[in-house]
Amino acid sequence: MRTTWTGARAVRMEGKVASGPRGVVGSRRRASSFGRPLWKSRSRVVASAQAEGGKAGPSGKVVGVASVSKSKSSSPSPKGSGSNPDKVVNDPSFKVDKEAARAIYVDMLRGRNFEDMCAQMYYRGKMFGFVHLYNGQEAVSTGVIGAMRSDDYVCSTYRDHVHAVSKGVPMGKVMAELFGKKDGICRGQGGSMHMFSAEHNFLGGFAFIGEGIPVGAGAAFQARYKRDVLGDESADQVCASFFGDGTCNNGAFYETLNMASLYKLPCLFVVENNKWAIGMAHDRATAPSMGDKEPYIYKKGPAFGMPGVLVDGMDVLAVRKVAEEAIARARRGDGPTLIECETYRYRGHSLADPDELRKPEEKEFYAKRDPIPKFREYLIKEGLATEKEVKALEKQVDDEVEEAVEFADASPRPGKEQLLENVFADPSGFGIAADGGSQSPNFP
Amino acid sequence: MVSTVHKRHSVGGVGRQACARSSSGALAARRSGGARWNARVGRPSSTRIGAEEKEMLMWEALREATDEEMERDPTVLVMGEDVGHYGGSYKVTYDLYKKYGEMRLLDTPIAENSFAGMGIGAAMTGLRPIIEGMNMGFLLLAFNQISNNCGMLHYTSGGQYKVPVVIRGPGGVGRQLGAEHSQRLESYFQSIPGVQLVACSTARNSKALLKAAIRSDNPVIFFEHVLLYNVKGPVGGKDEVQELNRAEVVREGSDITILCYSRMRYVSMQAVGDLVTQGYDPEVIDLISLKPFDLETIYNSLKKTRKVLIVEECMKTGGIGASLSSTISENFIDELDHEVVRLSSQDVPTAYAHELEAATIVQPEQVVDAVHKMCGSAIPA
Repeated sequence: MRTTWTGARAVRMEGKVASGPRGVVGSRRRASSFGRPLWKSRSRVVASAQAEGGKAGPSGKVVGVASVSKSKSSSPSPKGSGSNPDKVVNDPSFKVDKEAARAIYVDMLRGRNFEDMCAQMYYRGKMFGFVHLYNGQEAVSTGVIGAMRSDDYVCSTYRDHVHAVSKGVPMGKVMAELFGKKDGICRGQGGSMHMFSAEHNFLGGFAFIGEGIPVGAGAAFQARYKRDVLGDESADQVCASFFGDGTCNNGAFYETLNMASLYKLPCLFVVENNKWAIGMAHDRATAPSMGDKEPYIYKKGPAFGMPGVLVDGMDVLAVRKVAEEAIARARRGDGPTLIECETYRYRGHSLADPDELRKPEEKEFYAKRDPIPKFREYLIKEGLATEKEVKALEKQVDDEVEEAVEFADASPRPGKEQLLENVFADPSGFGIAADGGSQSPNFP
Repeated sequence: MVSTVHKRHSVGGVGRQACARSSSGALAARRSGGARWNARVGRPSSTRIGAEEKEMLMWEALREATDEEMERDPTVLVMGEDVGHYGGSYKVTYDLYKKYGEMRLLDTPIAENSFAGMGIGAAMTGLRPIIEGMNMGFLLLAFNQISNNCGMLHYTSGGQYKVPVVIRGPGGVGRQLGAEHSQRLESYFQSIPGVQLVACSTARNSKALLKAAIRSDNPVIFFEHVLLYNVKGPVGGKDEVQELNRAEVVREGSDITILCYSRMRYVSMQAVGDLVTQGYDPEVIDLISLKPFDLETIYNSLKKTRKVLIVEECMKTGGIGASLSSTISENFIDELDHEVVRLSSQDVPTAYAHELEAATIVQPEQVVDAVHKMCGSAIPA
């Protein structure tokens, strides 16, 4: 069998208690291996070394435990938003060009406006059931998915509208799916929680939490298989799986972290930690690690042999930077990364959630950190776009959302004949004919 | 008195037959005097062992099927616990990793839920995994993935993604393996919309069916039986595949239709041996396809016999026989002279003690008794 991907030097980080911004120890050595340091100063990563291919290598120490216990987490509400020195925040030296900047703004705005329109449509009785909106978390979707290629894979959960839209699924098809129409991306058969698009390599859309994480690992496994077994040198696709803080207590999460690390799968585990799993606050559901006062998900990465990164999920450029690094790492063959994005959802868990448990102070705190106005300001301040151009982009997005609703409204409802279609890829013998019509068994 | 004590055999052991008296269908068929049916064609063919056929044990047949399909299609791989270096706990993938490498015979950690999910993700994106459950019972841990993703994904994605996986492994009651290793999951899985269920029973059909299952684009749950891995019989060549949704007529007859599958095929044929000497002429059909049921073959049979006896290893409550019985009654009530009778396992966990285990599952005497009751007293020869 072909050897595993080469070029993977052990990533070794030695942590010291932070007394101010410090450069990464060993960054010089690592710079020569990988071209540039993985993480810039003022941000530190919890990582552990993994000996490559049986060579004796030093095992790194988990960084950050000592420093975190010394750093205070801030006032009780909002929790976890205090100054954690491990958290990757906006690095002013990380720049994007004009085109990329506008794409980022437009993508986040598309997500926000789409979700707002969904709420409107829901209350107008055009869509039903469980609808989980993404307002507030756009920086994560744009930051990660915008750094991926179209042949990369994304695997999501029930909060998947914006992931689908960021991945390239036409808004109209997503809206039509939400309306339960025939032209929906899943022909009306999936609904809000089951968005799939084979064309855009969007693997779903899963209602049960944790269900999609191994599926994403499977897509990553397929990429590795194509390369190592089928000999396709160009098969360097990666898969990003998105899930929440509540999912990180689920067995599938841990099992998949283990397998992804074991098989060095090219994937990203992106935790959208919005602090709440319906009505369960993160710290009521998750035990902190030894020595910590609060639970930290990113610290679980090193336990499974991969870097764990905590990033400010309300800042799209911070997320983008981390995502780019993690994607490059995966594509190189160095394996998966666990990225915890500290973010917040402005709406309830779903449109059926009265959202009574979250404190107003917490909501206000995060409302002030809304990624979209923040980036709008950044665009103009950095000279990446003028006010007029920004307004034009905003109008463009508004129009796109309106058109999506029109498309969905105009789309026909599925007929009863569609009921038995697509149950099986090969329908023979099931009393379902190839054209989807039901077939009476062959007896008089 | 028909002996129900089978010779003990070691896991994966070579050369000793598990079922001394109730061996391969061919042997039983010859004993009962019926023609041996060519299941694929549905017409009698001369009993022949052709040039490309050889005799082998079922585990060897399954291994050969896996080997041939992996050679034919490089996207086929096997994933599961101990399928690589160990060669499979029933030797079905013995030494295949030496030929195909560790990525195609993927030794997984003990994480059924996740490696089944990983297999499904790989299948969605272009590979054709065979997911082995070391015991079918372990797949209870993967039920979420099997039900939600395996079964439903093709539908909820509007036909965009297909899941061409084969989920296979041994189930059924073995030799005092205890309750948890003696489960029959075919009844648990049968309601899942979107999966196809197949149960093999002979060396020949196990190879041909597994090949067909691997080639099928549907997710197929392929049931093997712990006690049948050492059943010996002829197997077909590289190109012999068997239709996944067709039943096999094991013995042609006219008095009663006995529907069975997996190990109950041998239990039924053992009973038939006695019944024939008593003057009965039962028709035995091996269901093979547990979902969908091959109603055509079943109908052709019950049209003749007008009586149906289901012999299964599933529990009485909610077993395969339960849905088969309703389907037959609903569709063919006018052709029946007697209500459909089901012989199923007791609704109890399978005890460890031998006598209790034997009392849990259907024994040949019960089949004989049931036929007596349904057909009336023995017809003089």
